[in-house]
Amino acid sequence: MQIARVIGQVVATRKDQALQDRTLLLVQPLNADGKDVGRALVAVDSVGAGVGEKVFFVRGKEASFPFYPTEVPTDAGVVGIVDHWTTGER
Amino acid sequence: MILARVVGQVVSSHKRPQFEGAKLLLVQPESPDGEAKGATLLAIDSVGVGVSERVIVVLEGRAAGEALGRKLSPVDAAIIGKVDEVECVE
Repeated sequence: MQIARVIGQVVATRKDQALQDRTLLLVQPLNADGKDVGRALVAVDSVGAGVGEKVFFVRGKEASFPFYPTEVPTDAGVVGIVDHWTTGER
Repeated sequence: MILARVVGQVVSSHKRPQFEGAKLLLVQPESPDGEAKGATLLAIDSVGVGVSERVIVVLEGRAAGEALGRKLSPVDAAIIGKVDEVECVE
């Protein structure tokens, strides 16, 4: 999983049936220092996150588990909203 | 599995129910000689470690789900060991 910032939402009218009524969020992964790392990706929301929020997302098949038994064709999913995080000495 | 260093902890009050009670730690992947490599990841802790400790992290959904011990958990990373020592001869 990674922490990320929700930077937008993707609208796709034509999509897989299992993705109907699902929110597709555009998320930018973050490092522990809060800076952007890597490229933004599209993740299916399962917690009701919105633009501007800090979240964490999971990669892989597990991203579809929140929708079980519906098999949603996704490889990334927002599974939590981050209140805050603390970092310590390295 | 990868070697990583625990660099922080995430607090999230709104998340998928499978995460309830789980400790969410920020880990920085490292090379065997301790050099930081790549983006910070978020992993659940199944052994009880703290910030600045060196750990072994599984990066695969099924294994991470087993570490959490709950079915259909949307997780892809788990701390499954604390490193005492790494002996690297090359």
